[in-house]
Amino acid sequence: MAAAKTPATPLLRVEGLSVDFASPRGAVRVVEDLSFHLNAGETLCIAGESGSGKSVTALSLMGLLPKPGGRIVAGTALFDGADLFMLPERRMAQIRGHQMAMIFQEPMTSLNPILTVGRQLIEGPMRHLGLSRAVAAQRAVEMMDAVRIAEPKRRLKQYPHELSGGMRQRVMIAMAMSCHPKILIADEPTTALDVTVQAQILKLMQDLQRETGTAIILITHDMGVVAEAADRAVIMRRGRAVETGPVSRIFARQEHDYTKALLAAVPKFANGERAPEPLPDEVPLLDVRDLIVRFDVRGGGLIPRVTQRVHAVEKISFDLKPGETLALVGESGCGKSTTGKALLRLVPSHGAVELRGTALGRSTRDVKAWRRHMQMIFQDPMASLDPRMTVGELVAEPLVIHGIASGSEIKHRVAKLFDRVGLTTEQMSRYPHEFSGGQRQRICIARALTLGPQIIVADECVSALDVSIQAQILELLKELQDELGVAYLFISHDMAVVEQVSHRVAVMYLGQIVEMGPTRSVLGDPRHPYTRKLLSAVPIADPARRHLAREAPEGEVPSPFRPVDYEPSYVTLQDVGGGHFVSAA
Amino acid sequence: MPGYVLRRLVQMLLTLIGVSVITFLITHALPADPARQIAGRTASAAQVEQVRHQFGLDLPLPQQYLRYATGLIEGDLGRSYVQRTDVSFLIASRLPATLLLMLGAIFCELLIGLTAGSVAAFRRNTAADQGVMIGALFFVSTPQFLVAYTLLYVFSNWLGWFPLSGYGTFSHLVLPSVALGLLGGGWYARMMRSSTIEVLRQDFVRTARAKGLSRTRIVLVHVLPNGLLPIIAMIGLDIGYFMSGIVVVESVFGWPGIGQLTWQAIQTIDIPIIMGVTLVAACAIVLGNLLADLVAPLIDPRIKLK
Repeated sequence: MAAAKTPATPLLRVEGLSVDFASPRGAVRVVEDLSFHLNAGETLCIAGESGSGKSVTALSLMGLLPKPGGRIVAGTALFDGADLFMLPERRMAQIRGHQMAMIFQEPMTSLNPILTVGRQLIEGPMRHLGLSRAVAAQRAVEMMDAVRIAEPKRRLKQYPHELSGGMRQRVMIAMAMSCHPKILIADEPTTALDVTVQAQILKLMQDLQRETGTAIILITHDMGVVAEAADRAVIMRRGRAVETGPVSRIFARQEHDYTKALLAAVPKFANGERAPEPLPDEVPLLDVRDLIVRFDVRGGGLIPRVTQRVHAVEKISFDLKPGETLALVGESGCGKSTTGKALLRLVPSHGAVELRGTALGRSTRDVKAWRRHMQMIFQDPMASLDPRMTVGELVAEPLVIHGIASGSEIKHRVAKLFDRVGLTTEQMSRYPHEFSGGQRQRICIARALTLGPQIIVADECVSALDVSIQAQILELLKELQDELGVAYLFISHDMAVVEQVSHRVAVMYLGQIVEMGPTRSVLGDPRHPYTRKLLSAVPIADPARRHLAREAPEGEVPSPFRPVDYEPSYVTLQDVGGGHFVSAA
Repeated sequence: MPGYVLRRLVQMLLTLIGVSVITFLITHALPADPARQIAGRTASAAQVEQVRHQFGLDLPLPQQYLRYATGLIEGDLGRSYVQRTDVSFLIASRLPATLLLMLGAIFCELLIGLTAGSVAAFRRNTAADQGVMIGALFFVSTPQFLVAYTLLYVFSNWLGWFPLSGYGTFSHLVLPSVALGLLGGGWYARMMRSSTIEVLRQDFVRTARAKGLSRTRIVLVHVLPNGLLPIIAMIGLDIGYFMSGIVVVESVFGWPGIGQLTWQAIQTIDIPIIMGVTLVAACAIVLGNLLADLVAPLIDPRIKLK
């Protein structure tokens, strides 16, 4: 984006904004004395971790603070000669969606599920520009074109659930841009999207900005996105701006310690250079051969027949050495999580799975015994902890289920685990909701360790955490690996994290592994077109290496739904040297 | 879609078989002798035995059920022991009154419940909300006869706006419908309030506000249609509930519906009628649910019937 030289008067000037939220213990200050300005045509990032007040700031500007609850207690926001915070609701409703528009994180839930895309697109222009239904409909088609949605007329008649995630966010952008706003506020617009789709959406926003001159306030937690997209940034922490300035300066030279720590915690993707050395050859701990997982989709009729099949995992083979981390990467629907679940027999599968040469059976008893050796950690620690049990009971439960320990022995073991994952034994009698996200993930790790497993499947286990917490959890996982020799199957969409932790990486595409090998080799010298596409979409937390605006990959994330008679064609992996395998197709 | 309906109808058949077996067993477990019932109180023991043989009541239970089921297939619900008439005729003659009252009652329920519920949701935690919720709780927990008699006293006896009892004109329909509407409207109000509050929390409502739409449009286009979704299933249940007999309200207003028929049959242990109305009620419950399931996709395109 062309960084505009500071003009005489900025488009928007916020001074001394303070916002309170009601809580059972009285008002809590969530934004404190925040000041910044936005110039015409520029992109300003408001960045920070959860609880920094960045989204509240955006909602305050739009007059959308939850009522009752949120309250602006001080500050002015000068826009177009008026103070937005002083305008009556009627005036504000004329500005919202017209002069200032907003898009949100979850494009699925942000669209009304029971109205067609078209109806939702024409509402704004009909209200603000006084267009007739027919003219607004014509405008909707143009907007769909502008956000690069093919077959706009057909799409306008569809409902949100019939579109892909990326397309829904494009519709949101089309809606927001349909009255040519002067300011677009985008609150984590790409966080819920796959990495290639994220790159496309960021590029689209930049293209539209160039065409229309709209200024963008981009709210994000992702420093990679900041580096890729912003001209200037406001770094927020606990409601306050700790640092403001041009992005290039902030990334080169941080003035505040917090910014320094924040940027240090961000895993920086370095094309495999920072990856750990591959482990020496050894007898594999886990050997997976021709694993297949398919799910039937049933249709209607008197006796429902299978009408479609999801080919989630198609004949994948890999092994895992003791103490090794193998990353499974790919976009949503590629089968990486299903693979993890299939290994623990949480979903039905075909194929051979062996642990140190012993095949995994299918009887309940075999599976139970197997799970002593293999455990899983999930993405959302809150959702995977029973809210009605104390965390001590939760960590002890595997010992009880498997009848390994009883009485004071349990307590003793659990206390040791708590100590090991960095929690105190006093915390054992508390409930999950009393902990922070990072602490909850520590509890989940402790629970996974209870049975002394040799393998842990970590399914996006740091994706929901702030970067500083993420770094601590990754460090803990590394320590545990060094100490206990546990092997990880590390399922992740985040290439920078994968590079940091994994010895080897396997890239999945439509249920098959298309490339696999030492992390250094695969990320540094990707051979398969899909791996290249995936890597080219990774935002890089370095404004000097900005690339997404130029080379955002095209295309949708493909769907694994297939007709019943579909015969999958299998890729064959060829060794290109050093244990680096690439699909021959 | 036709496949879906067909499957649901087959399921309904299975349900009806189950219901008929269970009702049959329960009625035969009653400490009453149907043969004595048919023969009359003054009949001699020999006469009772003759009746027992004549009606096949001395056959083993499974055989009796088979005879009954065979009749069902031919559309024969049996003969009332007491009224000496075909049960299917008795039910058919009561059906129009019950259907009419059902429609009136559901209309009143929706009118009262949806209005009160959505007002409460939009004015959440205000005096209006409190008032609606207390009112809803009051009517939900008040005995039916109390509401019915109060309406009757005020509007018929005192004001004389509506007839005291009976059936035939529109004004006959008003008070029983309003009585049932008040009673059931409480449930709808509570349901509508919670579903509307849930919708108001949704992201797409925030989007609608971010677009600067007018409050009226947000409410009418974005909030209420989504809030109605859980109500549809409830209407389906209500159809079944009302068709199985509105005993108290029908009695108070002298409404000649299935409820009165049922009540008389239970008092006289008239097994064929009890069996008959149970089956009709089961049919209505299943059909009501099917209707609700068929209507839901018209409002919510995410629901696919298969």
